[in-house]
Formats: sequence, structure tokens, C-alpha cells
Amino acid sequence: MSVRRTAATSGRVLLQLLHDPRTIGLIIVVPCVLITLLKYVFNGQPLVFNSVAPMILGIFPLLMMFLVTSIATLRERKTGTLDRLMTMPISKLDIVFGYAGAFSLLALVQASVVSAVTLGLLGVTVLGGTVSVLLAAVLAAFLGTSLGLFVSAFATSEFQAVELVMPILMPQILLCGLFVPRDQMARLLQWLSDAFPLTYSVDAMRQITTHVTWTGVFVRDLLIVVGCAILALILGSVTIRRQE
Amino acid sequence: MYCSRYVCSFQVGLQTDGVKYNAAFAILLVVMANMISVRDLSVVLGGRFQALKRVSFTLQKGKIIGFIGPSGAGKTTLMRVIVGRQRVQGGRVTVLGFKAGAKELRPRISYMTQEISVYSDLTVHENLLYFARMRGLKGKQALEACKAVLVQVAMTDKASVLVMNLSGGQKQRVSLAIALLGDPELLVLDEPTVGLDPVLREQLWQLFRGLAANGKTIIISSHVMDEAERCEDLLLIRGGEIVAHDTPEQLCAKTGTKTVERAFLKLAGGNK
Repeated sequence: MSVRRTAATSGRVLLQLLHDPRTIGLIIVVPCVLITLLKYVFNGQPLVFNSVAPMILGIFPLLMMFLVTSIATLRERKTGTLDRLMTMPISKLDIVFGYAGAFSLLALVQASVVSAVTLGLLGVTVLGGTVSVLLAAVLAAFLGTSLGLFVSAFATSEFQAVELVMPILMPQILLCGLFVPRDQMARLLQWLSDAFPLTYSVDAMRQITTHVTWTGVFVRDLLIVVGCAILALILGSVTIRRQE
Repeated sequence: MYCSRYVCSFQVGLQTDGVKYNAAFAILLVVMANMISVRDLSVVLGGRFQALKRVSFTLQKGKIIGFIGPSGAGKTTLMRVIVGRQRVQGGRVTVLGFKAGAKELRPRISYMTQEISVYSDLTVHENLLYFARMRGLKGKQALEACKAVLVQVAMTDKASVLVMNLSGGQKQRVSLAIALLGDPELLVLDEPTVGLDPVLREQLWQLFRGLAANGKTIIISSHVMDEAERCEDLLLIRGGEIVAHDTPEQLCAKTGTKTVERAFLKLAGGNK
């Protein structure tokens, strides 16, 4: 793996995004609109909104980056550019980490804007501070990117790539503690929830909301998120074959 | 580089033990001149379709070699094997003295796929610069390489245009330009001139001849027979088998025909 080639790949992916302002708009503006909408859904229940909104900040980047990455890498596999790259003097990790880098950077921009709206305009307070929120959001995006990259190997069309959100991400969102606190769920569902990486991303946000300093649980959550992301990236690079 | 080192060591050997090394030296020279050697190559696609059936041939350095045959004959599969992208079910393929797909080959070969393998949402220049960097070119060197290949494919005026806004033929030339980056010794080009107008095609053939004159080896596939006449060495491929391997002139002479197309028809007909 080479830093130079990984950076070149990140740069290339970001350039592709820059040529597509509509996608950037969708990635950054839509979450802001949705979270504002949520505020009015919980109209008259500011305490509930205050506990839900940060959790949403842990889900949005993951969901968005999952979609963007799975489509982008699927296109790479389908259009022949991956064929070309695989005959060049590069490592597969140059591509994989190049993607992860580019989308994590995009996630940082997204998280900054969405956090500014949520914490500033919508009046949500988190005891742990903005920097912690941004850190957790970027790591959630990193996880989304990694999962998207891995999962794109199982899709043969863009349709399938989008459809894979339902079996892969929806169960994680349903069981992450957003709808019902995890300790009130049936034991089996709790086990499932324990096994899903998104749970830890959401839990990290909850820790920041209620604790001034970094708790041991928060650090554990982030480590699990990063660990799962790296595992998915490694699995993802295994699915990129030098020889087919 | 490798070549000269071996030649030197063998010349030293020659002085000590004449006869024995003389023979070894002759064999060595033959091996060195061979760019690609394929022995009993079999490829099965998707577990059932036998794309190549125990194919054997050797190709020499510094030539333009045509893989000619109808679509579905196995041309692309054969090219993918040579560049190391295709898994094989049997046989041995050696490229520049290495097993096909070896790491050492990657800086020395380039591959242009049949589909236009270019990022359509980047400009021509951005595409070139990215692939130049992936080939290991740095800074100014990379920029100069991009400029040079754009001149070679006559696309300098389109450098800052998004690839999605180019015509089909222009996209194809961008794809070819990428294959020219980094001065590869072996270029494997899958249908590089199909669908281009005659003037442009002639220009590209001049480019290919220039590269071959400088010692590069170029493999070109085509299902258009008039392209075959421009190659120095021809492999006629049909149904996963090599129907003939010869120069265009020899091929016509042996089959008693005037054009490669006629020769192919005769050979293909006789093979049924």
C-alpha cells in the first residue's frame, strides 16, 4: 500500500463528487431538513427531541455513506476501471482506503453542517460537546463507507445495491435503541442489537448527550465502530479480486 | 537490462566451455526474443463455457500482433489472461519471462479494455492524471506524461472537457491515452480503433507503428478484417481455438487468397 496512491484515489473520488453538486447538496442539505422536520414531529416534547436528535446524528452519516459508497464501487467494478486498476502497479488497499478517506472527509463536512443546525438552530444540547459529536459522526460515516464497499460485492446492479439497504441497515436501525430502549427489548433482540455495529455508533451519541467527559463506554463504542469498519474494509478488499 | 546481464555472463561462459554454452546461448536468445509464450492454455468462463481450448503459441517482441476473429471467439479472454486479470483452468502463460499476472509485470504492461474504462464524471485531464499517479508517476513527470499522451491521440483540445460530454470515438481515445501512460513495454489493446473514422484510424495506426519501431510490443484485437492487414503477426481465433498464426502475407500465400478476410473464411470453412 502507498500513501501517495491512496491520496490520489481519495482526491479522484472527491473530484468526482465536486463535478456532481447535486449529490453534495443531497448529502448535506437533506439531513438538515429531515432533522428540522423531526423537531416539529416532537413539537411540545423538547426533552424527547433532545435525546433522539443526537442518535439520528449517528445514523445519517452511516446511511448516506453506505449508499454512496456501494453505488460508487459497484460502478467501478462494472465500468472496467477496476479491471484497468488491477493490472496497474498498485495495491488493492490503495483503492479501498482511498474511498474510505474521501467519504470520511465528506462525512466531516456533512456532520459539521448537520451538527451546527441541530446544536445551534434547533437548540439541542449535548453535555459532551461538539467535537465529540463530530468525531462520533465521522466514525459512523467511516463504518457506513466500509459496509457499503463490502456489500457492493454482493450486488450485480445499482438496483440491488440500493435494495441492500433494507436487509443490511434497516434491522440495525430498528434495533439500535432509537425506537425502544435496548434494555426493554426481548432478550433475543438485545443479543441481535449487541451484534450490530450501528448500535455502538448510536450509543456513542447517547453517551455524549448525557456525559460531560468521555466515559469508558463511549471509548469502547468508538473502538467497536472503528474495529467493525476496518474488518469490513478488509473483507471488502478481499472481494476485490486481482484475478477473476 | 536483464537481457544484457545474462548475455554477459553467458559470454564469459562461452570462453570456458564452448560447445555446451553455445547451445544454451542460442536457446536463451530465442527465449529472450519471445515476449509471450502460451502453452496448453484453457479457460472456462462461469464454470461451463470453454472460452479457450488448449491454446498454444509464442509472440515476439517489438511487433504489432493482431488477435482477429468474430465476437465471442475468445479474443478478450486471451487478452485478460495475458494481462493477468483472468484466472486460467490449465496451461502455462509466460509474459516477459514472468508468469502472467506476476507483480513484476504490472509496471511494464498496460491494458485497454473493450468497454471505455474511464471515469465519465471527470475531465479528460483529471482521468489521465489519476491513472498516471496510479502508475507511479509523480508531480511534474505525471503532468508531462498526460500532455504527451494527449498529443499522441490528438485530444489536446479536449483536456478540460468532462468525459461524459465527449463523443464515443473521443472517449475511446481517452481510454487509449491512459493505456499509453508510463511507457509500458507491452500494450494490450482490446478493439482500440473500432468505430473510429478512417482518418483517425490511420493516425492511430501510425502511432502504433511508431511505438513498435521503438521496441514496444502491441497486441490489438479486432473483428474487422481490414485491421488485420496492418498487423505484422496475426492470430486468427475462432471458437476458443487458434485457427492460424502467421504474417498476413504468409497467410494469404498459404491459403491462395488475396485478402486476410478471404483467408479467414477459407480456414474457418475448412475447420468445420
